[in-house]
Amino acid sequence: MIHYRDFLKDEIRKGYWEPTCDAWVQGFDSEFTKRVAQRGWIGLTWPKEYGGQGRSHMDRLILTEEMLRHGAPAACHWFGDRQVGGAILSFGSEELKKEFLPRIVKGEAYFGLGMSEPGTGSDLASLQTRAVEDGDYYVINGQKTWTSCASFSEYFDVYARTDPEAPRHRGISEFIIDAKSPGVSRIPMIDITGTEAWNDVFFDNVRVHKKYLVGEKNRGFYQVLHQLDYERSGMERLMGNYPLFEAIIQFAKENRLSKEPVIRNKLAQLQIEFEVGRLLIYRVALVMEEGRAPNWESSMSKAYCTEFEKRLAAVAMEILGPYGQLMSGSKFVALRGMALHSYLGSKGYSLQAGTTEILKNILATRRLGLPS
Amino acid sequence: MKLTLTEEQEMLRKTARDFLTNKCSKKFVKQMEESETGYSRELWQEMAELGWMGLAFPGKYGGGDMSFLDLAVLLEEMGRACLPGPFFSTVVLGGLSILDIGSEEQKQEYLPKLIRGEKIFSLALTEPGYHNYDASSVAVEATRDDGNYVIRGTKLFVSDAHIADYLLCVSRTKPKSGITIFLVDARDPRTKYALLKTIAGDKLCEVIFDQTLVPKANILGRLNQGWSAVQKIIQRAAAAKCCEMVGNIQRVLEMTVDYAKERKQFDRAIGGFQVIQHYCADMATDVDSARLSTYQAAWMLNEGLPCTKEVAVAKAWVSQASQRIFALAHQIHGAIGVTIEHDLHYYTRRAKAAELVFGDADFHRELVAKEMGL
Repeated sequence: MIHYRDFLKDEIRKGYWEPTCDAWVQGFDSEFTKRVAQRGWIGLTWPKEYGGQGRSHMDRLILTEEMLRHGAPAACHWFGDRQVGGAILSFGSEELKKEFLPRIVKGEAYFGLGMSEPGTGSDLASLQTRAVEDGDYYVINGQKTWTSCASFSEYFDVYARTDPEAPRHRGISEFIIDAKSPGVSRIPMIDITGTEAWNDVFFDNVRVHKKYLVGEKNRGFYQVLHQLDYERSGMERLMGNYPLFEAIIQFAKENRLSKEPVIRNKLAQLQIEFEVGRLLIYRVALVMEEGRAPNWESSMSKAYCTEFEKRLAAVAMEILGPYGQLMSGSKFVALRGMALHSYLGSKGYSLQAGTTEILKNILATRRLGLPS
Repeated sequence: MKLTLTEEQEMLRKTARDFLTNKCSKKFVKQMEESETGYSRELWQEMAELGWMGLAFPGKYGGGDMSFLDLAVLLEEMGRACLPGPFFSTVVLGGLSILDIGSEEQKQEYLPKLIRGEKIFSLALTEPGYHNYDASSVAVEATRDDGNYVIRGTKLFVSDAHIADYLLCVSRTKPKSGITIFLVDARDPRTKYALLKTIAGDKLCEVIFDQTLVPKANILGRLNQGWSAVQKIIQRAAAAKCCEMVGNIQRVLEMTVDYAKERKQFDRAIGGFQVIQHYCADMATDVDSARLSTYQAAWMLNEGLPCTKEVAVAKAWVSQASQRIFALAHQIHGAIGVTIEHDLHYYTRRAKAAELVFGDADFHRELVAKEMGL
């Protein structure tokens, strides 16, 4: 923990970047990613033969916790490190592993996700993007949406229908698609904070060689369930706005608001909820440590933690009072406008990577055995 | 940090669960609630023979040389079974406090008897009009009298005092700042008891010390310096109460999910309705988070690490989470759950009592605020 923290504090001291909320998904800094990679901190848990360090999931959790604590701009490598690399490692061919894992580890391959579509949200198995075999290639046609980091992505992890005749869960396959391929185009989507949070990504007769099929043909839906458990598992669901948490506590102390019973109570309650969320996420890492893939455990931690992040933003806005409405850059803005950003941004936290409702369905059926 | 049980602890859990399933039916719990003493001497002796009283005490006093974490497993199972009786009072409030602050002589004198199940202990701390486990609320007074002390005043909510052999009485020995813990012979005729009628059917007492004489040798810990020991007793008791509660709410989750699977309305199990599923998912999240925060607190306490914040987080969280759990458990059980025919009420009533004792959520939230430097 100490060396992760020293490195990050040193980076801030040198003025390389400023701690920011949501920096794990919106802070693009390829130089930072390079420096992290040089320390061997991308693909930390992967086997050494693919450039990883073979370290524990608990180690990686501590690393990501420190990244989030310091609001570090890790978006370039986050998706590859968190889930796409793991998916390739779990399901990909030896050739795919050799092609991509060492490059992710070196901070040279950035990934975006192609799961949701305009008509496909929670019901992922309904996706319509098509992949049709043509000799050694698949030809991809369709539209993906809500793709984070898409402007910076060099590759997309795309799920497409390969067998329209099969039952819908059994006709989907996973592909790695080069963003530079002819026929790939992107249109940014602006979220309610005014940030480019996602892109629509279009695939118009995009030709992908068969070697970029990840895992088994038509097994993509089962692979994506596995990947989603990783996507939901991490500390970013609790600590994406940690710079705001620190800042609002500091603000309350400096302005003597923390002695007021109502505010004191709210902040202490937030701290309790934060500590509890942290334990739920540590449990997910312990599950992985035992060699099991996270399952309902990450549904539980994600559903819980995104609610915490919403309350954090709401409490911060309440404490700031009328100053809370001021945007970053405005005269009199407090806390660099972080509270406003988080307040608006947090509306989406319980939607992305599985809505809270879907996660509770998973808990009810997979954990408690209630009828699906 | 340890958030899971060892193999030995799993075995202890199984033994305890089997024993309590066998010996502690809800019929038995009801009988004990209705009885004067609130416990069965026979069962108490069996528990002692299983080594439960001595589990967390050193072997040299006849104990099992196991840890607070092992005791935590046992407490969880007791919470699950709604076990009536003075185990918590005797072991957590009495015995562990003596182990912590007693002299070697006192330990030799009292612990072996406690461990063999021969003597029952409890803690006399709170008083009428007390506020939030604050030292300044202690009004029961111990004054010196010819080498002895004389205790005067009234303690309230003292668990199992009516059957106790010894009470750890927290007394004022100096007007503003002096608090001392005395080991008082509970059978002294100058000490009077009145049983209170409680929500959980447990045996809480009013204890009136009417010039009860205590030898100087029965000072536990340091004269006038007892409050920090009291704080530690409260902290350990809060963590231990969380362990009991984790057993309670885990059982309630299981009962509720089972009921949702069996109960049919509109020609289907109500557990197939999404709203019921989400209630159950919320309950499971509260149960797991209560468990994890409790295990963290127990682990740190056991390691001797500073854990003011962690224990406070656990007790605040368990207190709030359990109330949410019971709101949903009752809603899902429907009307049968609010009758005495169904077992749910045993758990509901105990959860409320557990929430109120050793600091409720407000009390512990304030401790967290202090730890945050607010």
